[in-house]
Amino acid sequence: MNIVVCVKQVPDTNEVKIDPVKGTLIRDGVPSIINPDDKNAIEEALRLKDKHGANVTVITMGPPQAEVALKEAIAMGADDAILISDRAFAGSDTLATSRTLAGAITKLDFDIVMAGRQAIDGDTAQVGPGIAESLNLPQVTYVENVEFDGKNLKIRKALEDGYEVLEVQTPCLLTAIDSLNEPRYMQMKNIFTAYDKEVIMWNASDIDVNPEHLGLKGSPTKVKKTWTKETKGSGEIVELPAKEAAAVAISKLKEKHYI
Amino acid sequence: MFPIDQYKKMGEIGLLGLPFGTEYEGAGGDYLSYILAVEEISKVDASVGISYSVQTSLNMSAISTYGSEDQKKKYLPDLCTGRKIGSFGLTEPGAGTDAAGVRTVAVKDGDNYILNGQKCFITNSPIADTFVIFAMTDRSKGTKGLSAFIVEKAFPGISIGKIEDKMGIRSAQVGEIIMEDCVVPAENLMGKEGKGFGIAMKTLDGGRIGVAAQALGIAEGAMDHTIAYMKERKQFGRAIHKFQYLQFRMADMKAKIEQARYLVYKAAMDKNNGKPYAESAALAKMVASDCAMEVTTNCVQMHGGYGFIKDYPVERMMRDSKITQIYEGTNEVMRMVISGNMFR
Repeated sequence: MNIVVCVKQVPDTNEVKIDPVKGTLIRDGVPSIINPDDKNAIEEALRLKDKHGANVTVITMGPPQAEVALKEAIAMGADDAILISDRAFAGSDTLATSRTLAGAITKLDFDIVMAGRQAIDGDTAQVGPGIAESLNLPQVTYVENVEFDGKNLKIRKALEDGYEVLEVQTPCLLTAIDSLNEPRYMQMKNIFTAYDKEVIMWNASDIDVNPEHLGLKGSPTKVKKTWTKETKGSGEIVELPAKEAAAVAISKLKEKHYI
Repeated sequence: MFPIDQYKKMGEIGLLGLPFGTEYEGAGGDYLSYILAVEEISKVDASVGISYSVQTSLNMSAISTYGSEDQKKKYLPDLCTGRKIGSFGLTEPGAGTDAAGVRTVAVKDGDNYILNGQKCFITNSPIADTFVIFAMTDRSKGTKGLSAFIVEKAFPGISIGKIEDKMGIRSAQVGEIIMEDCVVPAENLMGKEGKGFGIAMKTLDGGRIGVAAQALGIAEGAMDHTIAYMKERKQFGRAIHKFQYLQFRMADMKAKIEQARYLVYKAAMDKNNGKPYAESAALAKMVASDCAMEVTTNCVQMHGGYGFIKDYPVERMMRDSKITQIYEGTNEVMRMVISGNMFR
């Protein structure tokens, strides 16, 4: 079985600060990490590998320094890693990104494509489904459990107020959420192997994609404005029995003509 | 409480077997990488740091360097992966640095050796499965009569005596080993009879780099906590890191830590590169442990009254530092090693 896992290197948003004037992320000096949901996707691929045997390939589209994220995935236990990097990809929105990744994945043998649900820097949750559409694959998003009998996958998909159990044939695409599993720590011996192992570098000419669909040109999304959420004034806390407190709340809302 | 579950996990991810070959389920890394790992662990918990160093630098290094192929195959995989815990028994009530005073005896009896004696201050002994034990096979020859054995907890006649109540590294398990007609198969002799002294001394040289890395880690951990505290703590209307006198004291501490760091890494690299490392290990241990004691004492001072209470970690780190100046050869003995090389 061949599993391809799509990952993204993202700034660690626990450490990130926002430029108050431009409303953009200050990325300088912020450590880069593998997107957390993507780590769950890697872990699930590795669990399938441990149980059923599989070749796990991690793939990312990004700048050359994204190689570090791929090395970490190798140290976790992935077999191969591909970095697709080209100036032509600059300015890609989620559509262009998913077409680019699909154009690379189509060059590989795969039974399952896995991705994280969404990235902590963009929060769109569109790239995984976009890849599935480009490759014309069945997809299950928000995956919280995977069972595999050697042929078919039985997937539990999280819903807002419950879950669905779905059977899916391979090839297919799954997007992982954090409750799917607990990603393993890197194995020391794999860290040493990761240094010896070469990451495969692909550029725009190595992948199967219409050049018109790449980068800024292939990105219909236009960002009109970015801004930081204004912090509201602190609320008022009244310490009264529930009934009286409700009466106070109602009078306040009436005062402001909300009700 | 020693965090045994986390320690076992260190084995699972390959930390305990970091510098040993993959054929023994080690990680195939080098000594410097291992030393960096001891340093990182000790930034947070020096007790786990020393348990790690004793298992890897002393117990496993001795087996890896001086054990036969059969002994390595039998013992290293379980130790590398944390399925078994390792310990190193040299010190006795009457013999620490002066190994000629070892009173534990090993008498050959057919296919076995019968060991009798007592070891003290042995790190990991209460939790260990696999011991490297030094005993006299011929007391008349002094240090040339000392031999090394691999002893399993399951062998008849070995037990653990008193567990020490210590000033620092309080969760590290340190205790006595008591051997009463302990039966050890002759195949568990490491090297030849009489080779124990060389094995002990050379292994301790490597262990000292581990202790040096532990000390370095303690100093760095204390410094990190202190920087954070100095940014928070306000006096006279400003954060205390704004006071130049305190800034300069911190700069001095940073310099001490960097001095220690280079000596520790140098010693590890000497060992990696197959160069002699007894002296560089002694220098590293002496400088790094003095650095840890000084830096942690100053870090307590920077915390004021809060540094003296147990709610803040620098109090523990100061107590943890003291032992690094003492064990695996006191800093006085380190000076003997260094000057001994000078006037040979």
